[in-house]
Amino acid sequence: MHQLLQQIFSGLAAGAVYASLALALVMIYRATDLVNFAQGEMAMFSTYIAWTLVNAELPFWAAFVITLAVSFVGGMLIERIVIRPVENAPILTAVVVTIGLLLIFNATAGWIYSYTLQEFPSPFPDRPLFGALMTTRDMGVIAVTLAMLVALFCFFRFTATGLAMRAAAQNPESARLSGINVGRMLALGWGFAAAIGAVAGIMVAPVLFLDPNMMSGVLLYAFTGALLGGITSPVGAVIGGLIVGVTENLVGTYLIASQLKLTVALILIIIVLVFRPNGLFGTAVVRRV
Amino acid sequence: MAETLPVDSTAKLAMERESAMGWRWAGTAALIAVAVLLPFTLSNYHVFELTQVMIYAIAVLGLNILTGYNGQISLGHGGFFAAGAYTAAILMHRYGVPYWATLPPAALVCFALGVLFGLPALRFEGPYLALVTLAMAVAMPQLLKYFDALTGGNQGIVLVKPLPPPELGIDRDRWLYFLVLLVLLVAIRVAANLLNGRTGRAFVAIRDQPIAAAAMGINTARYKTLAFGTSTLFTGAAGALAAIVIGFVAPESFSLFLSLSFLVGSAVGGIATIGGAIVGGFFIEFVPNFANDISDAAPWAIYGLAMLLFMYVLPRGVVGTLGPRLAHAIQELRSARRGAND
Repeated sequence: MHQLLQQIFSGLAAGAVYASLALALVMIYRATDLVNFAQGEMAMFSTYIAWTLVNAELPFWAAFVITLAVSFVGGMLIERIVIRPVENAPILTAVVVTIGLLLIFNATAGWIYSYTLQEFPSPFPDRPLFGALMTTRDMGVIAVTLAMLVALFCFFRFTATGLAMRAAAQNPESARLSGINVGRMLALGWGFAAAIGAVAGIMVAPVLFLDPNMMSGVLLYAFTGALLGGITSPVGAVIGGLIVGVTENLVGTYLIASQLKLTVALILIIIVLVFRPNGLFGTAVVRRV
Repeated sequence: MAETLPVDSTAKLAMERESAMGWRWAGTAALIAVAVLLPFTLSNYHVFELTQVMIYAIAVLGLNILTGYNGQISLGHGGFFAAGAYTAAILMHRYGVPYWATLPPAALVCFALGVLFGLPALRFEGPYLALVTLAMAVAMPQLLKYFDALTGGNQGIVLVKPLPPPELGIDRDRWLYFLVLLVLLVAIRVAANLLNGRTGRAFVAIRDQPIAAAAMGINTARYKTLAFGTSTLFTGAAGALAAIVIGFVAPESFSLFLSLSFLVGSAVGGIATIGGAIVGGFFIEFVPNFANDISDAAPWAIYGLAMLLFMYVLPRGVVGTLGPRLAHAIQELRSARRGAND
């Protein structure tokens, strides 16, 4: 029982990271109907920026805030420069553009920072908590994720910009008619997604170590979490990400050797999706004929 | 429509169509002649590269059937390519089957896998289908490593490269080139017949208007599954050819990146075109090399930039964007000439 609880808690900590990245994917999907395959590599690049700042003797949390700001602006620029031109192109064209971005970020990071593993400092001490049920590090990751979620919820619920962003995502034509600059809202959405991804990257880097390929697995889990929760639902993305984290951990501990962990986790989730094709919290798309 | 036109006009239309067909045949014959003569003017290495291009073209052609004509996005065709390659490799290595006889079983195995995969895929759309197929691409190398008794695990399987029939008097690389060229031509012919006929129209109808297609009596489930199976059949055959030509299979050759390359090749060539598959094959084989020549430091960044540029300039792919323009230009030229004759 103790071991089970331990595994569940460490699964939740991993899941919190997946949930953050899943949330970033959902934000972009809701706004532009596009799965951003470069989300993980953008997060990785942000983490390298944080690493550079920390190495320049900046306090951790200052580096954290600066990285988030830089990522936010970077995300907005990417939307403006790279994504805007293919906004009305066929969906596959946009998919290929995000795959291109993925390669560019990955190769550029490898070129600047090399492909060797780097150690990334954790802001949280590594001590057991609650009778060794979990560590302070896991607790810290979960706390940061929760704080970010609350902040995002308040932003979207209580500010005018948040309302405008929701309107632009839900119904661009009507939003434009009521005077909302939809283009700017899309750029803001990409900015937020990049910043959320940066949080995920910084939280996961102390565990995975920093290298240009560190996010590929995380992105897959995040994508799975987003779809499991329902790609149109932010709440679903968070819960989906957490479920994926816990499932992955439990499958790896109790079911099968870790080489096939990923495969088994994916198969389990696909089975769930066969019965709920729009995810756990997604709404079925109703089309006018 | 045809009944309402005056008789001479219908005759004219038929003549025009015939002359267009004539041009098309002449063009195809010229292309095939070039493809047959080309290997005798190139070095062995370049012949090998072109063989690879054609293998990728067959795989991309398979993906085009599914993604381009039927509208189902697959990120997992590298997995089916791997299944084809391993079927051929295991048959040759363990059961001593001659290399040319491994193609039909590899294609059939992949057809069956595709149909099995297509059944649950019926319930999925857009990003959900992308995830399910992505899972296939990610799982395949792990599964290949896990069942190492059959697949040789991490080491893979080393195959004996086939010898050319001695009476032909050509070397191995050129023989393999012609073998792959033959398969490519057959694949293009089969795909063209399939896609220009009733089945192809059903695929496209399902892609564009699923509800209207069902209302007109198209069995959407059957045709979507069929599209999946046909698509993976082509890609699996390409995988088998890759195993024969390279003479080696290992799990790491079939990473997720291969699946993404197919998708990129498909989009760059033009997703709902047959000719686009060949352009896609060239892109997958040569652009990474060019990128390497331009920059040692970050070749993949250059490759990514090339992808972005292609998509900005030709958002419907090379053949998808330029093809209709070319056809239009020929039409203009012909009507201008006819005007001069009159």
